[in-house]
Amino acid sequence: MAVAVALKGAGLFNVGGEGQITFGAFCAAWVGAHLPAAVPHALALAAALGAAFFGGAFVGAIAGVLRALRGSHEVITTIMLNFIVRAAMLGIGLRLFLRESIHTAPIVDAARLHRLADMSAVFKGSAVNESLLVALLVACGLAVFLRYTVAGFRLRAVGQAPLAAESSGISVKWQMVFALVLSGGLAGLGGSNFVLGYKYYYEDGFSGGVGFLGIAAAVLGRNHPLGVVAAAFLLGLLSQGALAINAEVPKELVDVLIAVLLIATTVATPEVRRLLSSLPSRVRQNRAA
Amino acid sequence: MIGSFVGAVLRISVPYSLAAVGGVWSERSGVIQIALEGILLGAAFCATLGAHATGSALGGVACGVGCGALLALLYALCVVVGRGDQIVCGIAINLLVDGATRFFLKLKFGSSSNSPRVVSWEQLPHPAFFFIAVAVFLPIVSAFILSWTRFGLRVRAVGERPDAAASLGVRPTRVRLVAVVLSGAVAGLGGVWLAVDQHQFVAGMSNGRGYIALAAMILGKWRPLSAALAALTFGAAEAIEVTLQASGGGAPVWLVQMFPYVLTLIVLAGFGGRSIAPAALGKSEQ
Repeated sequence: MAVAVALKGAGLFNVGGEGQITFGAFCAAWVGAHLPAAVPHALALAAALGAAFFGGAFVGAIAGVLRALRGSHEVITTIMLNFIVRAAMLGIGLRLFLRESIHTAPIVDAARLHRLADMSAVFKGSAVNESLLVALLVACGLAVFLRYTVAGFRLRAVGQAPLAAESSGISVKWQMVFALVLSGGLAGLGGSNFVLGYKYYYEDGFSGGVGFLGIAAAVLGRNHPLGVVAAAFLLGLLSQGALAINAEVPKELVDVLIAVLLIATTVATPEVRRLLSSLPSRVRQNRAA
Repeated sequence: MIGSFVGAVLRISVPYSLAAVGGVWSERSGVIQIALEGILLGAAFCATLGAHATGSALGGVACGVGCGALLALLYALCVVVGRGDQIVCGIAINLLVDGATRFFLKLKFGSSSNSPRVVSWEQLPHPAFFFIAVAVFLPIVSAFILSWTRFGLRVRAVGERPDAAASLGVRPTRVRLVAVVLSGAVAGLGGVWLAVDQHQFVAGMSNGRGYIALAAMILGKWRPLSAALAALTFGAAEAIEVTLQASGGGAPVWLVQMFPYVLTLIVLAGFGGRSIAPAALGKSEQ
């Protein structure tokens, strides 16, 4: 079950999840494999997660800076960056992958996340691991950050009314960079799930479109961190369910289902909002009558 | 040696060129065309299916182009009529096609990776020559229509100032619908070539080509001829990559692979001439 955390902050659209996840995961694997074995668990984990965040944030930052300084559209730059990362990993892989394989050396024990199946019988037989807790924690933190902190307010202000934000002294450009860095970092963290909690090494092509499902989660979750978690859970449920029924119905049908869900959500949202906002006035009219 | 290399460049460039020109049609009317990837893939699948079912190559071509146009129509209904978010809907279409083609591949040919070889493609006498000619011809025709005809002017008008166009009695919704469907048909032809070139359908065979075509379109500054030239450049880069891979040189392959995308980033960053997108691109409200 993949829990992807994607973020659309500051009115920007990050389609680069795929590349950011890949690079973040690779950084986590690299750091994880190069830590001395004696490092305590907490420290090793923090280092690996930090590396994943910085890996993703680095890729996001390129798009952010291009947007802020040169006005390049972030949708196109992040798509291009996806492919650049893919090609770069081919080059890096030649040097760093284990001989005759498509993955890196395994990470040290201290940096590994435990599987929940080892702790509670509820999760028996499932690959779910502590990164689920990391994801939930990050989502809650993000919800608080966006809602209750000054930096979060600035980000939202730029997203909703860039002109008003600019005239009240917020640098729209740097908020854009910040948003893409944060978004990339979170995607990188998402990639760490595979490395730290599942396979314990980086493998070529592991992400397999998770970055794009992250966009789906962001849309379905209406860009609220907790909504995104619920949406990611739904998508995970669908993907896992697809594997379960694969014998009778090909699992590819779930992609179609998700696509239909996506289109329905984005097309219907303005309509639903209009209906909802007209509700109070209708109630009032009814009362007057 | 050089002759075969040029041949390879041209063959590889065909889908890029056609999809990029398709992208130009849609984007000049103000509709972002991220769905190119799905259109290429869907058209390749329907062409294979059509050629297999009808036993005629022309039937396959018609099915492929029709499928491209239909997918574009679906996309246009979502974003032009339904006013959904263009990027979300585009990505959703790509996801939809990726899943649907794998599903029907399993249903129709009982395989999860590729269709059997389609023999009816061999009816076409010189397929490569024909498709290369089309890939050269269509950008020229598109440039002419966009610049010199009434319909082309309307497409550009709704892409730049839909309100002004509407005040002159042009219906932006209708023009955009036509432009996007046209875009799908042109890009669909590129997908047909993918299927013809490999004589079969392979799951996920578009393999990011739609996105490269999008890059070529931007590199070509939303002009059909320049976009086709950019597509040719990318085709050359890929041909070099394939040659390097075959010669077993190893190391620099990934650098060449990166080249089209880095070049696009540089152009997007505004170095080497400003490229200005149609003013109303991506805005679905009218």
